[in-house]
Amino acid sequence: MVELDPTIPPRDPRLQQAVGTLLRVGVLLAAAVVLTGGIAYLARHGAAVPDYHVFRGQPATLRSLTGIVRSAFALDERGIIQLGLLLLVATPIARVAIAGVAFAFERDRTYVLVALLVLALLLKSLLG
Amino acid sequence: MNTLAFSGIVAAASFCAGFLGSLTGLGGGVVIVPLLTLVFGADIRYAIGASLVSIIATSSGAAAAYVKEGFTNLRIGMLLEIATTVGALVGATLVAVIPANVIAVIFGLVLIQSAYLASRHRPDHLTANMAPDPLAARLRLDSTFPTEGGEMRYRVRRVPGGFALMWLAGVLSGLLGIGSGAVKVLAMDQVMLMPFKVSTATSNFMIGVTAAASAGIYLRRGYVVPDLAMPVMLGVLAGSMVGARLLFRIPTRQLRILFALVIVVLALEMIYHGIAGEL
Repeated sequence: MVELDPTIPPRDPRLQQAVGTLLRVGVLLAAAVVLTGGIAYLARHGAAVPDYHVFRGQPATLRSLTGIVRSAFALDERGIIQLGLLLLVATPIARVAIAGVAFAFERDRTYVLVALLVLALLLKSLLG
Repeated sequence: MNTLAFSGIVAAASFCAGFLGSLTGLGGGVVIVPLLTLVFGADIRYAIGASLVSIIATSSGAAAAYVKEGFTNLRIGMLLEIATTVGALVGATLVAVIPANVIAVIFGLVLIQSAYLASRHRPDHLTANMAPDPLAARLRLDSTFPTEGGEMRYRVRRVPGGFALMWLAGVLSGLLGIGSGAVKVLAMDQVMLMPFKVSTATSNFMIGVTAAASAGIYLRRGYVVPDLAMPVMLGVLAGSMVGARLLFRIPTRQLRILFALVIVVLALEMIYHGIAGEL
């Protein structure tokens, strides 16, 4: 069906498979952590009345990278959920990094630069 | 209602949103914010925060399936992510200065536009035999995608126009906590003349990165409530994975129109409550 055309490069199935696997594993891992924290949270606070109507912002421990990791390892239920959400946010970031590495293997300098630029923007958002 | 019951209902509603969102290509996030604010009475910033993290899950869950099918164009996705992440950072910064009611009205208007875009059926442009676009050729954006008759090639055009529209998609994503899938698909299949399935798959693939760009800022500002985001994220993820599995097996035209109608109703509610100052 497809005619050989030197101006159109073939799709790279290996890269696509690797990226697909990374996305799946990252998301499932994040979901497992969120679910674990969620079950623990509901077991302890399930009977309380929820209130999300008034905006208060979250405490500093659930806002910074180190604060989240610390409260998760202190087995704070909300901290564990937040760690899972952090893993979720990290998944697309790791995926950009891996794509960058794959472009480097293909000696595709333009797209290595593109991936690095996107990576820098994402880290800027997460780390401030 | 206690937290356990509340979380269960939110998770069930989020499952439906994720399922319909991935099946129709609109993304679950588009109905999460109206659901959480109008039905469950959450503050709009909390709702946007929960929606953003769930979008990362939807996008990555569905994208994993799409990438395997071979529709995603990784080069185009990566290139246009420069535009969407810059836009997302702008949008996420704007949330702090724009009043909640104004955000609600903008949200409603964007939803109506998304529903309109999704309800139209557009045939693919035939670009296989066009001369290569110089910029697209230099960036090696032309590629192939699988069809029933084998691999079909396509060429990409008007890259700067697509790039500009992608920036806007990023701003809307960061401001409203949606994936902006409709605008992303528009940029690719209407401006850059890419095949619809390639546009949808690549858009889905990009949505996670765009949302991650805003989610970082939301997290640091304290807009992400773990116990509210938890049932939303898990529900949307499960729904989107089921939806992605069925995507190429069931006809989605009627479903798209139905979902578009639901979105319009939610949009009008958002605009009404925004103007009435009730959010």
